[in-house]
Amino acid sequence: MKADIRVALVGNPNTGKSTLFNVLTGLNQKIGNFPGVTVDKKVGYTTLPDGRVAEIIDLPGTYSIYPKSQDESIVFSVLADKHNAHTPDLVVIILDASNLKRNLLLYSQVADLKIPVVVTLNMMDMAKKADIDIDVNLFAKKLGVPVVPISARKNEGTAALKNAISFANKFAFQEDSIDVNTIAPELVAAIQQELNIDNPYLALQLAHQHETLKFLTPEQSDRIEELEKEHSFHSQKAQGQETIARYAFINDLLYDTVKKPLTAQGETHSNKIDKILTHKFFGFVIFFAILMFMFQAIFSWSSYPMELIGDAFVWVQDSLHHTLPPGPLTSLLVDGIIAGLSGVMVFIPQIAILFAFISILEDTGYMSRVTFMMDKLMRKVGLNGKSVVPLIGGFACAVPSIMGTRTIENWKDRMITIMVTPLVTCSARLPIYTLLIALVVPNRNVWWVFNMQGLALTGMYVFSLISAIVVAWVFKFILKGKERGYFIMELPVYRMPRWNNVIFSMYDRSKAFVFQAGKVIIAISIILWVLASYGPGDRFAKIDQKFSKPQYTQHMTPDSLSRTISSAKLENSYAGVLGHSIEPVIRPLGFDWKIGIALITSFAAREVFVGTMATIYSVNGSAEKMQSVYQKMKEAKNPDTGQPVFTLAVAFSLMMFYAFAMQCASTVAIVFRETKNWRWPAIQFAYMTVLAYAASFIAYNLLR
Amino acid sequence: MRLSQLEVGETGIVKEFTDLEMSVKLMEMGCLPGEEIRIERVAPLGDPIAINVAGYQLSLRKREAYTIVLQ
Repeated sequence: MKADIRVALVGNPNTGKSTLFNVLTGLNQKIGNFPGVTVDKKVGYTTLPDGRVAEIIDLPGTYSIYPKSQDESIVFSVLADKHNAHTPDLVVIILDASNLKRNLLLYSQVADLKIPVVVTLNMMDMAKKADIDIDVNLFAKKLGVPVVPISARKNEGTAALKNAISFANKFAFQEDSIDVNTIAPELVAAIQQELNIDNPYLALQLAHQHETLKFLTPEQSDRIEELEKEHSFHSQKAQGQETIARYAFINDLLYDTVKKPLTAQGETHSNKIDKILTHKFFGFVIFFAILMFMFQAIFSWSSYPMELIGDAFVWVQDSLHHTLPPGPLTSLLVDGIIAGLSGVMVFIPQIAILFAFISILEDTGYMSRVTFMMDKLMRKVGLNGKSVVPLIGGFACAVPSIMGTRTIENWKDRMITIMVTPLVTCSARLPIYTLLIALVVPNRNVWWVFNMQGLALTGMYVFSLISAIVVAWVFKFILKGKERGYFIMELPVYRMPRWNNVIFSMYDRSKAFVFQAGKVIIAISIILWVLASYGPGDRFAKIDQKFSKPQYTQHMTPDSLSRTISSAKLENSYAGVLGHSIEPVIRPLGFDWKIGIALITSFAAREVFVGTMATIYSVNGSAEKMQSVYQKMKEAKNPDTGQPVFTLAVAFSLMMFYAFAMQCASTVAIVFRETKNWRWPAIQFAYMTVLAYAASFIAYNLLR
Repeated sequence: MRLSQLEVGETGIVKEFTDLEMSVKLMEMGCLPGEEIRIERVAPLGDPIAINVAGYQLSLRKREAYTIVLQ
């Protein structure tokens, strides 16, 4: 869409910026990337009263244009770069009317960059409830900019905001908030002259941030560095001095424009809730109760839609098989691509439900309390209070959980969380564990009530959490964080969740999952299909020849003949050859070439294991016919020794392998998407494979 | 007197900071010299703490609270 005016939304976190963005743009939004950085760029369009189309860019929420995280650093670079496709014509600054003082710091910094601004006072309804009285006209007069009071949640005042955007000036008329020349006058003047910049505050910011700004040439950056040395500039001292000057301006601005009671109403209300929710004892009880409910919901609410999606794919595959002419292309489409896609699509309900919960917990302000309660515990192992949420989500699926780590500002804490989340037992491991446990663990009760199979499964879950925590603790010593860890975080007042945002979040995350992971899944499914459907040389032709002889065609039912043929073909396909070729490597773990094929095919997704086992042991159907897979695997004998293949040692060795190995293409894809660097998924894949091999080896040799 | 030494419910006025890097982050969040701070609560495990400053609630670790000197 072509836009007539480009508007950037800027504001503190928890000010309702996303709500306003959703209200302004509706579903007319998309997520892109800022060039060269790993921050998502949310862009939407809205039509102004005069018929012009405005492009709205939602910049990440920040307390200051001095960035503390990579997300935040985008704010200044978008605002400051004048020769860029994203440079806004106008900045709309959202201020929380019930908490103006801290919100105005960001305003005063942005305003001093002399970009045209419109101020919106959001949450006017909340402010009114808290008896905060704002003289909007005087406020606007003192700032010298248009001020629009709104309530984005109730969709009040947004028409007036659109009007203000359409009447916005091309020039910045706001009053100066501080005298920049009191901070580092010689340096600012020198940079202004050197880079030909009119605005002194922009020059000062370049001095602070030149090292990370992409739009400066290396020569310009080096020159600024030289000038800083020349004028002995100390970045943190200068920033402190500036912040104090800005708050002096803010206090002066507020003293005759805002009247508020000594203790804000929302604050005391919130305090009462906090007394219970962060209580020494009940705080944790409530937290675990909420978690239990969430898990139950993710599994039980999603089972019906997941079945529907699965059935729909089966129906599509069936009807395509019947309508399309048989041949390799049909097989590639139906057995390769669509089968692979169905594996991803069935997880959509779980992802949507998980994100609905996360979005509600975040929106209400409860998530920051969980972080507050868990921080000390998590810090001990190199994580952060904010790591709790992704780790717990990992029981459902690592993919959305890794997407959720964006809330962790500290780079090192976030990386460790991403690195260990896939260790938590996700729902895709469940069918493998149940199958293998059923094979080797007797279905008997011990100590009257505990079922041994159930105990084994619970053990795998607990084991996964322990291994995640131990690995995190190890990474704590390996990873070098540039930043010092700290935990200075706003605890927003409790609010009702905004259902619109919940729905947007479900839609947004599911869409990102389908498109990002879907691409990789399709590619890998195609490769696997080719590997399993073709063999080197004339091996397949020979198999066809062999089984067309009368001793086979006459003495076997067509059904069992076709199964025998497909199993012979699998052994001779590229995948089979691969399985044979990795046999020496996996032999010490107790695995034969057939398990080798399953390990290779289930690289794309763990749950493929059961299906591959079914094919290899020539059973028709898939996971639904678990009983028959179970029977075949139970009866499988080692041709050399005549002993069963799946002994206690082999089964536990396999479970250990699946507990640690990164057998999930979607996770690899999402880790790449979140870190935007192939190094991280590569490291993760490597360490998990090493652990998987070692754990399997130990388990096999201990139990043998 | 440091902020970390206050009990729940007590208030103090910020005088200065002992750590430049932390002071910059704290001041951005409205924790400035001259501001009144009240300790609202302590996390169930004893750390971090929640304080009321500039009309809203901020949580910080005790280690960070120790860098805030009170009047």
